[in-house]
Amino acid sequence: MVVANATTGIASPLKCALTLSQGFQGSTRRLQWRKNERQCARKTGHGVITAKFDLKPPPYPMDALEPHMSRETFEYHWGKHHRAYVDNLNKQIAGTELDGMTLEDIVVVTYNKGDLLPPFNNAAQVWNHDFFWESMKPGGGGKPAGELLDLINRDFGSFEEFVKEFKTAAATQFGSGWAWLVYKANRLEVGNAENPLPLDEDKKLVVVKSPNAVNPLVWDYFPLLTVDVWEHAYYLDYQNRRPDYLSIFMEKLVSWEAVSSRLDSAKARATEREREEERKKNEEEEYGTANSEAVEMYLESDDAVSD
Amino acid sequence: MEICKVSLWFVQECTLHTASNVLLVALSHGFSELFDIKRQNRAQVFYFTNIAETFGLFRLQLWHSRHLLTKKTLATQPLGILGFRSVQTFSLPDLPYDYGDLEPAISSEIMHLHHQKHHQTYITNYNKSLEQLDDAMTKGDASTVVKLQSAIKFNGGGHVNHSIFWKNLAPIHEGGGEPPKGSLGWAIDNNFGSLEALIQKMNAEGAALQGSGWVWLGVDKELNRLIVETTGNQDPLVTKGPSLVPLLGIDVWEHAYYLQYKNVRPDYLKNIWKVMNWKYASEVYEKEFPES
Repeated sequence: MVVANATTGIASPLKCALTLSQGFQGSTRRLQWRKNERQCARKTGHGVITAKFDLKPPPYPMDALEPHMSRETFEYHWGKHHRAYVDNLNKQIAGTELDGMTLEDIVVVTYNKGDLLPPFNNAAQVWNHDFFWESMKPGGGGKPAGELLDLINRDFGSFEEFVKEFKTAAATQFGSGWAWLVYKANRLEVGNAENPLPLDEDKKLVVVKSPNAVNPLVWDYFPLLTVDVWEHAYYLDYQNRRPDYLSIFMEKLVSWEAVSSRLDSAKARATEREREEERKKNEEEEYGTANSEAVEMYLESDDAVSD
Repeated sequence: MEICKVSLWFVQECTLHTASNVLLVALSHGFSELFDIKRQNRAQVFYFTNIAETFGLFRLQLWHSRHLLTKKTLATQPLGILGFRSVQTFSLPDLPYDYGDLEPAISSEIMHLHHQKHHQTYITNYNKSLEQLDDAMTKGDASTVVKLQSAIKFNGGGHVNHSIFWKNLAPIHEGGGEPPKGSLGWAIDNNFGSLEALIQKMNAEGAALQGSGWVWLGVDKELNRLIVETTGNQDPLVTKGPSLVPLLGIDVWEHAYYLQYKNVRPDYLKNIWKVMNWKYASEVYEKEFPES
């Protein structure tokens, strides 16, 4: 097998590439993690070009959220914690079948139905923090409008009720973790993970909380908003006063524009997925009919032979 | 100033005059002292019982404000006197040193917040869930009893773990950082090769712990073996094995180090050994395995 040329830095075709059939409903194959990692490690030499994730900066300067979230917090939270997750993830996936996959796919695959594979923590935390910075903006807070507000009123009773439920979830997430507003559109069994709210059937907005690095992608939800409740997110500014941090987050930091646009794409993807499922179901029906015709023909010829 | 709310309930009818006499007598003898178990004021109890008999009271039921039982000097024992039930409540134990005594390993600011805010909050919430549990048990509400278990584990575990933690630490001028001698020292060499190896192992496991939790040096009292173990959130060491006894625990929740060490947990782990109270660990170990 050709090993990567150190001077030209061209990657050798790695035998252990794994392709996911599609998105979240895809792989039911067990990921042969350790075995492939060893194979790939042997074949990869120096100077191989591999896909790497970048540390994306927040969409505003680091002091833009003062005094609610200090520049110092950003220097550590983005500059150290988030950066470490990115660097460590890149190291972990280099030369493995995860290399080249999208971040969301890596998160879902390494979640592994709760039996976390080593890169999960870093991958999920990279995704979570990207999502978190974009959930905030300078001069944020206030109330949402339009369809988002309508859905909030429908699914929580009122905006105030939603805020209360969201803050309660965030305050009662024991230890490290996150609280989320998600759009729940799935009705089917999720191949890769346990769905924690299997009884609700309608498409609706839901508040959920998750420990450590876990995020709602693994439950096949569409995340719309998050707040980081790891202590490092608020300790420099609020020390132990997590409830104060959450109040300020809701009142002064939330970017409802981001949440609204995420809701729009979530609904679009959900509709598209439903159409896909319909199409596949129709295909199977057609294929089923064709199959039975073939059987009939076979029987006829059988009769001919026996006679 | 604690307030003692007393209501007297009589099985047998007595005159109001009688009842108020009892009340006056009790109050004049420092009624609130009745609940100061640490001073073992049994005399007061007898006196009170005698009064009850004298005045023909069959039963006396005392309702008290929670404040009485959370006095710092109070030991925590349920009041079994006169046949009534109460929920044991817990209070914040004092630190055996000043907040600044562990500097520069752990800052005074952190010790302040860690003790007076975080530990106190665990205790407050633990007491609350115990009350709710008591209530649910009395009512026979099994599903609430079960539902409360996680709050009890979180907050009770937080109280248990931090109570050990404060004793695990000592100022340098009081022996903090002095390596263990005696049987624990030997056991460490036998189990890990050397003290340095143990420290390295604990630091590695503590640094690698995702999220919040603790790293422990413990002893398996059935196998007489030292172990290094981690627990998540506020799970006590015993959740990893019923025969495990904690000797030393290091809190690796971010609140334990963030203001001083920020994201560099390994530096915190390196420095905390300078104030580690090996004397306490040895005492616990020798209690499990007394030297013959």
